[in-house]
Amino acid sequence: MSQLVLKNLRKTFEKGTPNAKVALDRLNLTVNDGDFITVLGSNGAGKSTLFNAILGKFRLDGGKIILDDEDITQMKDYRRALNIGCLYQNPLLGTAPNMTIEENLALAYTRKARRSFFAVNRRDSEYFRALLSELNLGLEDRMKTRMGLLSGGQRQAASLLMATIAEPKLLLLDEHTAALDPATAENVLHLTRTIIEKRHLTCLMITHQMQSALQMGNRTIIMDSGRVVLDLTGEERDNMTVPELLQLFQKNVGRDMASDRMLLDLQT
Amino acid sequence: MNMLSLLISALSQGMIYAPMALGVFIAFRILNTPDLTIDGSFVVGMCVCAVVTISGHPYLALLCGLLAGALAGLCTGLLQTKLQINPILSGILTMTGLYTINFVILGGQSNLYLQRTVINSAGAETQVASDTLYKSFRNLLITLSGNRRFDSNLSILILTSLIVLVLAVLLAVFFFTRPGIAIRATGDNEEMVRSSSINADRTRIEGIMLSNALVAFSGALLCEQQRYADLNFGSGMLVVGLASVIIGQVFFGRHSVTLGIISAIAGSLIYRVILQVAYKIDMPSYAVKLLSALIVVIALSIPLIRRALSQRRQETEEEK
Repeated sequence: MSQLVLKNLRKTFEKGTPNAKVALDRLNLTVNDGDFITVLGSNGAGKSTLFNAILGKFRLDGGKIILDDEDITQMKDYRRALNIGCLYQNPLLGTAPNMTIEENLALAYTRKARRSFFAVNRRDSEYFRALLSELNLGLEDRMKTRMGLLSGGQRQAASLLMATIAEPKLLLLDEHTAALDPATAENVLHLTRTIIEKRHLTCLMITHQMQSALQMGNRTIIMDSGRVVLDLTGEERDNMTVPELLQLFQKNVGRDMASDRMLLDLQT
Repeated sequence: MNMLSLLISALSQGMIYAPMALGVFIAFRILNTPDLTIDGSFVVGMCVCAVVTISGHPYLALLCGLLAGALAGLCTGLLQTKLQINPILSGILTMTGLYTINFVILGGQSNLYLQRTVINSAGAETQVASDTLYKSFRNLLITLSGNRRFDSNLSILILTSLIVLVLAVLLAVFFFTRPGIAIRATGDNEEMVRSSSINADRTRIEGIMLSNALVAFSGALLCEQQRYADLNFGSGMLVVGLASVIIGQVFFGRHSVTLGIISAIAGSLIYRVILQVAYKIDMPSYAVKLLSALIVVIALSIPLIRRALSQRRQETEEEK
């Protein structure tokens, strides 16, 4: 039972200055247990701000965040991380370059590991090896290698493992394949799907790829100006095509959604 | 003095300053944060140690010195994390404040000798040297070796080496425990530490405390060895530590914690040997600080020079 409820989230950055920007505008969203939601929206729509609000990276101006019947609105970011895993666009953010693969995993696993004197121990290593071998990147034989020596794709795959290693109630993916080359991105995306299915994770994924947003997961939301303006599930979503989606957005919001970047993605 | 005894003297000093180099290594290499508290925490270690030693507890004195350094580190750590003051400024603030505190610890004077005033049988006041760790150890060595004369620097070197060895092993082990890797990760990628549901503010404070505890321990050792504490002894200590760490890296590299620990200690020894050689060729003692600063500048510029050289070599090869 891991349900995320967001009630009336409000946040204005640089309030009271000429640069004031409303990033979240009374945003409401209920994420059901086992949902895999893809999040669309143009640049500045508030997608990343929404994630940072859930992660507790800043104080909200108002509203409530409830995870699994627990009000976490005032909870410190590192405490929330016990139950929320997150992956960013930049593969360098999720891992410590000067520590080995094994040590990185051990650190991520600390929150759920059984007590032990040494961070890296035989019992956990076996588990890590098994997890790494599921990635099919050969990392299980390089557990003593420094993370900094891996490629971006390998590091992102390792980050994915670290974000999910403690079986979080919620997984947040912020365009986590956008900085990778197409083949690697495809591979990481495939790994993401596998892990989410295997562990029955509840997940929110920001993406710019409209086509894959409609294909992946069971639900798609579209954000604009700090609100959720479209929420598609079931048959409506199954039958939706990208042009129809754009049309629907224009009808509901009154202007075009496509940013330059989205148009670019549409052509490819 | 012959060459050997000069070398032993240099090495014994190097060993005494080795915990300081380890402290600098933790601050600059593991936490990746410059910490200027070090100049102050070295002296606080000295002063606390002096006072406790004079009261007749030379062993407890080392522990008290170490804890005083940890407290100084706690102060800097809180400034950095809870008040979010820039790390360099945090260190300067603590260091500046410590000057007053050290002055008070020394009883309102700028230096203190390890001796007590006692009234002898004739009723006159005389100064009696306090017992120190090094004095007891030297007496022990003399007894064991059957009353032979024993080079005092050699006994200092042996005792300090043993202490530093224990310290190095403890540290090397610590950095592979859970709290240990959390501190390492904090310096490497703080955001990741938070994402792993670990309080990165706390691990950062722990790291700064550990670093300053080691620096203060070094000050305490020096205090017992030279038998006095001086308020102004700490200035430039950070540069000395940094020079040691960087020199060590030239010989041992920097890619693992264990190597880093070894290289910080080795660097401290080599640094003192370099100084001893400089003194031997008549360098005046006031030139030490300039020399230390130069060593750091040169060592830091080596990678840049190397890159420039290899680039030039490539260019000339392409011209051919």
